[in-house]
Amino acid sequence: MTQYLLAVYGVADQPNYTSPEDQEKAFAAVGVFNTQLQDSGSFVFGGGLMPADIATVVRPDGDGFVVTDGPFSEAKEHIGGFWVIEANDLDAALAWAKQGSAACGQPVEVLPFQSNE
Amino acid sequence: MRATRRSSSLSKQRVTADTLSHSAPETIADVFRSESGDVIATLVRRFGDVDIAEVAVQEAFLAATERWPTDGVPPNPGGWIMTTARRKAIDRIRRESIRLPRSVAAMALGAHDDEVINDTGVIHDDRLRLVFTCCHPSLAPAAQVALTLRLLGGLQVDEIARAYFVPESTMAQRLVRAKRKIRDANIPYLIPEADDLPERVAAVLTVLYLIFNEGHTTTNGAAIARDDLTEEAIRLCRAVRELLPHQLEIVGLLALMLLIHARRAAREDIHGGLVRLGDQDRTKWNQQLIAEGHALVRECLQRNQPGPYQIQAAITAVHADARTIHDTDWAQIVKLYDQLLVFQPSPVVQLNRAIAVAELDGPEVALSLIKGLPLKTYHLYHPTRGEFLARLGQSEAAIRAFEEAISHTANRAEIDFLHTRISASTSLPK
Repeated sequence: MTQYLLAVYGVADQPNYTSPEDQEKAFAAVGVFNTQLQDSGSFVFGGGLMPADIATVVRPDGDGFVVTDGPFSEAKEHIGGFWVIEANDLDAALAWAKQGSAACGQPVEVLPFQSNE
Repeated sequence: MRATRRSSSLSKQRVTADTLSHSAPETIADVFRSESGDVIATLVRRFGDVDIAEVAVQEAFLAATERWPTDGVPPNPGGWIMTTARRKAIDRIRRESIRLPRSVAAMALGAHDDEVINDTGVIHDDRLRLVFTCCHPSLAPAAQVALTLRLLGGLQVDEIARAYFVPESTMAQRLVRAKRKIRDANIPYLIPEADDLPERVAAVLTVLYLIFNEGHTTTNGAAIARDDLTEEAIRLCRAVRELLPHQLEIVGLLALMLLIHARRAAREDIHGGLVRLGDQDRTKWNQQLIAEGHALVRECLQRNQPGPYQIQAAITAVHADARTIHDTDWAQIVKLYDQLLVFQPSPVVQLNRAIAVAELDGPEVALSLIKGLPLKTYHLYHPTRGEFLARLGQSEAAIRAFEEAISHTANRAEIDFLHTRISASTSLPK
């Protein structure tokens, strides 16, 4: 078993959905997907995140810290939510990612966790 | 899932003690080419790790270079390598058991299956699984081909690097990265589930065709062809067809490869020189392969869901039908290329279509068709242009095109052939 991060990506300053109806539909689909994932026993943790401009960055600075207004990455694409799942192999993880991506209508990045075996 | 055993007509020539000379280095290189794919595929299944399998096989061959020159070549060199590599792998897993927990588990699970390790049916399935792993969509296409050639084709890293015009260090890095991803992302070593198969097969077909082409005309090296690669591609294509018997593009690719491979004996003269399609002694074409290829093309035509491989197979079948180059139904070939362009509007297809047009409407028309195609680095562009120019009597321009062609290939036989074309053009009346 490997744990995978399924990260949902969105573009900053760009609404993810073209209409409120679209958004509602996507939220409902994600709800169904979450239930399926949990019922399968593959779900570890997950949730949606606030827009990236809400983020705050903390970094070590000598003995103290510097705290700045985020986000950290200057890229336009930001993580909008994620699932952590447990799967047999990459194919199983990709199958969940496809379903998740279809539900939320956004690209999903699949990244394995380092194993602590 | 079990795939068929090798068909007798195309079975890979297994290296046995009888076929080996006593000069060890060449022998070991031959055994490596023909056996390393089987051994790696088997060890990957057994130990669940590509790197362990590959290193173990390398160590086994290293042991062979030390032992065989003094002890003599064992009666079954492939079996010796398999046994030695398996031992090396087990030693390493025991030594590094902390670092390799997954392989320790795989080793424990597989303890009972040592006895089937030399069963060719099992090995065959192992190879097919490994192809799907190497062609996994999460690996970059360039890495898919390189990995398949390395693990299943037994090519050395420098050979693959030359074939793809990248420095050896770049290719080595690409392979390391791909193998690391297989391990770290836990890419399975399995034939995909039925739902995923159609989507996964497309990448496999692309890679198999590239391997076939590399075998058909080696990008470098002294030999025109590497029959072990062409036959491996055909064998794997047969196995993939068993998985998806109704997917016609697989049938098309298999037919295409069989019909091209049927010309093998006629493509090479007694000095190892390249013989063009038009100059080939067609009585040397393998009629058994042609018959099988034709039957497959007919099957595709009846089902009438054309695709690029099927159309290319049909084009090759038209060539196979002609007793001489002059009997070729060029109009039919041009029509098929028009169909192919709908699926693949690529300059390479346009170049190939122009070759048929040259036979139908003359070299001048053909030359105008290829003018400006973005193919300056494609190794077949310049010789094709050279032929058109030579036929138009423009010998100086033809010679320049042939010279340009030489700078774009490292295949010895192709280079020799181009030199003969230059000499022939030099003696043309100006």
